[in-house]
Amino acid sequence: MFPLKLVVKNAFRRKVRTFLTILSIAIALLAFGLLQTLVNSWYAGANSASSYRLVTRNAISLAFSLPISYKDKISQIDGVQEVTYGDWFGGIYIEEKNFFPNFAVEPRGYLKLYDYLIPPEQSASFLRDRRAALAGCKLRDRFGWKVGDSITLKGTIFPGTWEFMLAGFYQAGVNDIDETQFFFHWDYLNETIRETMPHRADQVDFYLIGVKSPDLATKVSLAVDKTFKNSLAETLTETEKSFQLSFLAMSDAIIKAVQLVSLVVIFIIMAVAANTMIMSVRERTAEYAVFKTLGFGPWPIMVLILGESLIIAMTGCALGIALTIPVKNAIARALSDYLPIFILNTKIFLYYAIASVLVGITAAIIPAWRAAKVPIAEELGRIP
Amino acid sequence: MSAVPLSYSLRNLWARRLTTLFTALGMASVVFVLAASLMLAEGLRKALVGTGSSDNVVVIRKGAATEVFSGIDRLQAAIVETQPEIAIGKNGQPLLARESLVLVSLQKRGRDNQSNVAVRGVGESSLSLRPKVKLVQGRRPRPGTSDIIVGQNIAKRFQEVGIGQTLRIGMRDWTVVGVFDAEGTGFGSEIWADVDQLMQTFRRPVYSSITFRLRDVSEFEKFKAHIESDPRLTLEAKKEIEYYLEQSKWMATFLRVLGISLTVIFSLGATIGAIITMYASVATRTREIGTLRALGFQKRSILGAFLFESLLLGFLGAMFGLLFASFLQLITISTINFQTFSELAFSFSLSFTIACQALFFSLIMGLIGGVFPAFRASQMNIVDALRTH
Repeated sequence: MFPLKLVVKNAFRRKVRTFLTILSIAIALLAFGLLQTLVNSWYAGANSASSYRLVTRNAISLAFSLPISYKDKISQIDGVQEVTYGDWFGGIYIEEKNFFPNFAVEPRGYLKLYDYLIPPEQSASFLRDRRAALAGCKLRDRFGWKVGDSITLKGTIFPGTWEFMLAGFYQAGVNDIDETQFFFHWDYLNETIRETMPHRADQVDFYLIGVKSPDLATKVSLAVDKTFKNSLAETLTETEKSFQLSFLAMSDAIIKAVQLVSLVVIFIIMAVAANTMIMSVRERTAEYAVFKTLGFGPWPIMVLILGESLIIAMTGCALGIALTIPVKNAIARALSDYLPIFILNTKIFLYYAIASVLVGITAAIIPAWRAAKVPIAEELGRIP
Repeated sequence: MSAVPLSYSLRNLWARRLTTLFTALGMASVVFVLAASLMLAEGLRKALVGTGSSDNVVVIRKGAATEVFSGIDRLQAAIVETQPEIAIGKNGQPLLARESLVLVSLQKRGRDNQSNVAVRGVGESSLSLRPKVKLVQGRRPRPGTSDIIVGQNIAKRFQEVGIGQTLRIGMRDWTVVGVFDAEGTGFGSEIWADVDQLMQTFRRPVYSSITFRLRDVSEFEKFKAHIESDPRLTLEAKKEIEYYLEQSKWMATFLRVLGISLTVIFSLGATIGAIITMYASVATRTREIGTLRALGFQKRSILGAFLFESLLLGFLGAMFGLLFASFLQLITISTINFQTFSELAFSFSLSFTIACQALFFSLIMGLIGGVFPAFRASQMNIVDALRTH
């Protein structure tokens, strides 16, 4: 018979201590969960990338552009359904801290390639007006913009101040899409540049290619790069996903550090839980001696201690899960401008369970071994 | 009788050494995380502050956030070059370099991914303008050739950049003739080539920046006003130090916010650990405390003894944590700086201030952990305390 009642009673004998231990386990799991979520949201852009889309950029690096004349050549390649292009504009809205990604794109093709949800009249007015811009709905909430507002961006890459008419807002069709971006017509940008900096006109930063089917992705990207081999601007074409990943790989040192830290958290709870178990067992040494006197072997005693440790850890795990959801929502709200995507992966709760079982077991090892090993006479004679 | 002897607290910690060790380890991990994040921010600051010299000035296009997006044509460069505030070098030429910066994607060593590396087109004065940049291997590049020298961080992390190897950039082969050390500054993550050759290769008609030494540091404001009010120029001047600090503002803030939030969450866990330990420590010593009181020790002294014990725990935690953290100094982090979009390598850097901050934080954790248990201990009734078994 497994003495469950005794184990539970033991676990909650010192109420304050058990409560504090449970609380610290819950907090640490919460921290672990939030850090993992942060790492996941870092990769969210890559996860939402479609296998139907390819990105073509200058092979030297992203900072170099490609001539606009490539568009027609690309659209003639077999398997290409749609070609659009754009520039990273890098404009500043009033102040640097108001950062959001802004792009000059060829709007018709772009809206075809991405399934944004836009009210039809807004989408029509965006396409109609050369100075029109389209913004993510999170930008609307952040700055209180309205349709028809005039928005001014200060150029960092393209000098000058640029004025746009806000034609509408898009919403993401799927969960993982960034709703903080800002798009406007590439033509508008190019026209102005042609006058002020002629040597930079008729250039684009990237082409986006929609392929007819995902199996054609490799073939098409090789064909595109081959077309422009040995030209003044050689290209590098890859799927949107590997483009995003190569981008993220450049900053993976920081992400690795965050992951390392989230494991240190587990170490802290192990220390706290182990401490609690050591103290509880020390206090009850005499009781275990009585058990032994009554004829119980070392195993039942070890099971008692292990069970108690597991109960504390699992309760902490339950509290951690209960805390995670509201805290995560609060953070997602507070940081929505900086971290456009902050979505909890439910797998995280499985990790919680694994971690807490691990903590429960490791915390019990030393005390259980001690309690089982010590001779009865010494235990009975020991001062608590 | 006044204070309980300090050795009482010390021996108590020793008597429960396993518990002491675990509590201190919990605190040590907090100290470790706090110190690590501060060290990383400090390393970044060192790398970028050190990159600039206080008497150097950088001129870039107005509104351009970095050199990569800046452009200065030859006419504008010539006007800047004739300003009287520029120092004259030993050879009678102005100590000024017209430079060009491009980003090139290179293959990282031993891994499948690429990263953006800044390739700087340099002039003859570029080296003398940066006293921290020293050639450690090979020779200087000859002007007007396709010789390049690479920074040590690049030489370590990227493929095909050993001396004598050729690197293909912009449909042209460049020969690596030297490796330079930049004392941990941002230049160590760059490749240097001849500016005119580089501009020709990439068909760029414009320079990225002009860097020069001031004849007299106090003349900066005068020069700045002069340049920025000249109608022929659309440029702005920045002190080199400030320029490089701005480059890392985003990353520094990111590291700081991340570090602080992690530390706060972690410290909650570790402080709870300390509270548990101290409460247990008080509970198991009820009779001892009663005895001490009966011997005539004041409530105040008991409070002091337990607080001291808990502070000692915090001190131990800080020492463990800092010991582990000091090993981090051997690690160099290499990542992309999202503001300049190029590779930047920097190390964890432990300073005296950081050690003090971490120690202070750990002591605070110990204090908070100990204050309630110590208060309880001091408030015990002597007779009741002596009666417990």
